[in-house]
Amino acid sequence: MSETSAQQAHVHAPPEGFIRKHVFSLDHKVIGKQYYALALVAVFTGMFLSWLMRIHLVWPDAKIPGLELMSKVGAPGGIMTPEYYLSLLTMHGTLMVFFVLTNAPFAAFGNYFLPIQIGAEDMAFPRFNMMSFWTTFVAWVVLMLAFFIPDGPPIAGWTEYTPLSAIGKDAGPGMQWGASCWGLSIAIFCIASLLGSLNFIATTLDLRAKGMTLMRMPLCTWAWFITSCISLLAFAVLLPACILLVLDRHAGTSFFVPSGIVASDRLQPHSGGSPLLWQHLFWFFGHPEVYIAILPSMGIVSHILVNSMRKPLLSAKVVIYSMMSIGFLSYMVWGHHMFLSGMNPLSALAFSFPTLTITIPATVLTLIWLGSLYGANIQINSASLFALGFISMFVAGGVSGFFLAQPSIDIYLHATYFVVGHFHLVMGVASLFGVFAGTYFWFPKMTGRFMNEGLGKLHFWITFIGAYCIFMPFHYLGLIGNVRRYQSFVDDFMAPYMGVHKFITIAALITGAGQFIFLFNLIYSRFKGKEAPENPWNATSLEWSIPSPPPWNNFGDKHPVVYHDPYQYGVKGSKGDFVMQDSPEQVPASGD
Amino acid sequence: MMWAWRGTMGKFFAVVLVIIAVASAYPIVMHHYPLPEDISTHGHLIDEQLNETMIEAGVAFVGAQLVLAFFLWSFTGRKPGSPLKTFPGGAKGLVVFAFVIVGIEVLALGVMGQKAWASVYFTPASADAVQVQAQAEQFAFYFRYPGPDGKFGGIHPEKIDEGNQNYFGLDPENDVAARDDIVSGELVVPVNKEIHLMLHGKDVGHSFYVRELRLQQDFMPGLDLSLHFTATKVGKYEIVCTQLCGLGHYNMKGYLNVMSQADYDAWLKQQSQ
Repeated sequence: MSETSAQQAHVHAPPEGFIRKHVFSLDHKVIGKQYYALALVAVFTGMFLSWLMRIHLVWPDAKIPGLELMSKVGAPGGIMTPEYYLSLLTMHGTLMVFFVLTNAPFAAFGNYFLPIQIGAEDMAFPRFNMMSFWTTFVAWVVLMLAFFIPDGPPIAGWTEYTPLSAIGKDAGPGMQWGASCWGLSIAIFCIASLLGSLNFIATTLDLRAKGMTLMRMPLCTWAWFITSCISLLAFAVLLPACILLVLDRHAGTSFFVPSGIVASDRLQPHSGGSPLLWQHLFWFFGHPEVYIAILPSMGIVSHILVNSMRKPLLSAKVVIYSMMSIGFLSYMVWGHHMFLSGMNPLSALAFSFPTLTITIPATVLTLIWLGSLYGANIQINSASLFALGFISMFVAGGVSGFFLAQPSIDIYLHATYFVVGHFHLVMGVASLFGVFAGTYFWFPKMTGRFMNEGLGKLHFWITFIGAYCIFMPFHYLGLIGNVRRYQSFVDDFMAPYMGVHKFITIAALITGAGQFIFLFNLIYSRFKGKEAPENPWNATSLEWSIPSPPPWNNFGDKHPVVYHDPYQYGVKGSKGDFVMQDSPEQVPASGD
Repeated sequence: MMWAWRGTMGKFFAVVLVIIAVASAYPIVMHHYPLPEDISTHGHLIDEQLNETMIEAGVAFVGAQLVLAFFLWSFTGRKPGSPLKTFPGGAKGLVVFAFVIVGIEVLALGVMGQKAWASVYFTPASADAVQVQAQAEQFAFYFRYPGPDGKFGGIHPEKIDEGNQNYFGLDPENDVAARDDIVSGELVVPVNKEIHLMLHGKDVGHSFYVRELRLQQDFMPGLDLSLHFTATKVGKYEIVCTQLCGLGHYNMKGYLNVMSQADYDAWLKQQSQ
């Protein structure tokens, strides 16, 4: 199996014409950049929505200039209505989870670098690959349509719990066509993700260069591979769930709506469905989705840390097995989102235990990263700062999971800001730190130019300190019982804590503004950045053995042959303290 | 010069991490997160579990940040060519450490935590508990007491008529049991007496959350759920909805009014008239 070589797999002609080169391109590198660009648009949209929500939360009567242009009904005179807050909340969550956290670390970087890192010329199915991006694009368009239709985006949150999401306009504003846009968009997104995952799996298994055994794959390739296995199973469940939801909404079926419910004074024409079924299907996808977001970043961060430390990880194998265990366990824990849903209370125990158990591989990973730093020669640059920041964020977001995994504590903390703080840190911020690290690290390869280091460091410090200022206080608010998904806090007991909310809003505005430094850096460096050589970081994996940016067929007419494990650092090689994977020179036995 | 400056940033990072660890732990250690007063018989179990977990999670969080800070302080900005070292014990030691320490924690918390969960969910309400039905709807809670006959009238969704205050869809004309049912906008309960609360969802998903009771349970339309609790302190407490239920979600609340037995009896009597 390890002898599989890319050379006979497939050879396609160089692309010609603007459309084939830049729009409907079959080149995995272009597709990766397209995913990145879409994620970039989505992340700035999602961030902008969070700004609006944060402002509304602490200054509910604030007139936000221009907001009326977004929705006359949702923000008459520029003042947000309660229901429009929920619309923005739904769109924020959906954009961030699907179009940012699934697309950026996995689809964007995975597409660009997985084939190169295994020594392949392209993905196994380039046409599928093109289709999966453009299908994702259609999903995004359909979702964004919700902003422009009269009844606006749905108000049921990114989880679209039924019956709220299934009974149409009787459920409230945005639930007529807005929620249909949501269901349709996510169904389309699932199709795209399925195509993408299949492609990743086939590519990894079939197109590895000569000598590229599975255990010689770089850790980020491993992470993308494991993620694509998770993603294949997860989206395969969400797809039918979304289709059933759309059927409930438009074809008169009752998969998720029981009989005898009365909404807007109308007895709903449904019977025999179960809202619990939606929750099971949704979270069967939803929990693995957390790992779809975080695993690629774990891989990227490991890949970059090793390079910045100039020595191998304590054990790459342990990292791989830990990621596999996390992927496996991610399918046994979805019920921890439903402890209080009314499912059999005994099952809470069955879901709680594997959830707590995930802490073990997560701790192993953290300890391996930390332990590997010991005695290293850590190089500080924008990429390594974000990689090191990832460890800090991952721990911060991870430990709060220990509370929520326990059904008894969940009775008190469920649906509070504690949960919001937890998942934003661990799947949002930590995962994006991986994306930022990856961007600073691979930008020279992707464009042939460096990003500006000074701006990169400034971006890091604003983001790192800002993220803690925003999300740490969420935990304290949760502990006093601050309930999430409220557009304002009418409860008297919240009054003394509005200062904390104001602090968070200001931190969010500053941290968000800091992201424009990144955007500027990205665009500026693309055209004016310092030119980068082939291997600016003295790195070992195959992507650094080809020109920057790589030619359309990656390795030219060469067929790379791999001789080593991916991380031969801290050795005496002919070029310095490292030996590249495709270098035939002998390497003295290392510690791993 | 260049790498001397680099070393500064690594050390600065270390200092920031220490500040973050201390600042994050400070409000916890100083008890600046006031859990609301516990007025339930089972709440102390949850609070103990929470505090226990707080210590373990806190040690893990602060410990990891400090170790990261220490390594950043020590291993950045080193002179090029400084000898590389390997962590004593290597990966094996760390893996064993993680399995043993975290494994013990998982078992301890997993097993101990069940006590609190079991006290809420594994024991049925006693037979002489006060029976109350709670209905959640967009955007209010209503509560129903069976009245002197001790029987709830049946629910007929088609009879629901908010205008005529028939929130539950009762049919007193044909249903004898429904005639004396008491419907209230407030959950009134006697102190120190077990309450058996039956949750009925009228339209979409809602949730019943009383911070002071350490109790939270979703309303699942189509599935009537059961809860039981004993409130130990007279007073008025907020009931809030914690399941996103539509545009008025943020404003969906009711009150739990815990009364002395005498006051409760008087209230019931007054309601029946």
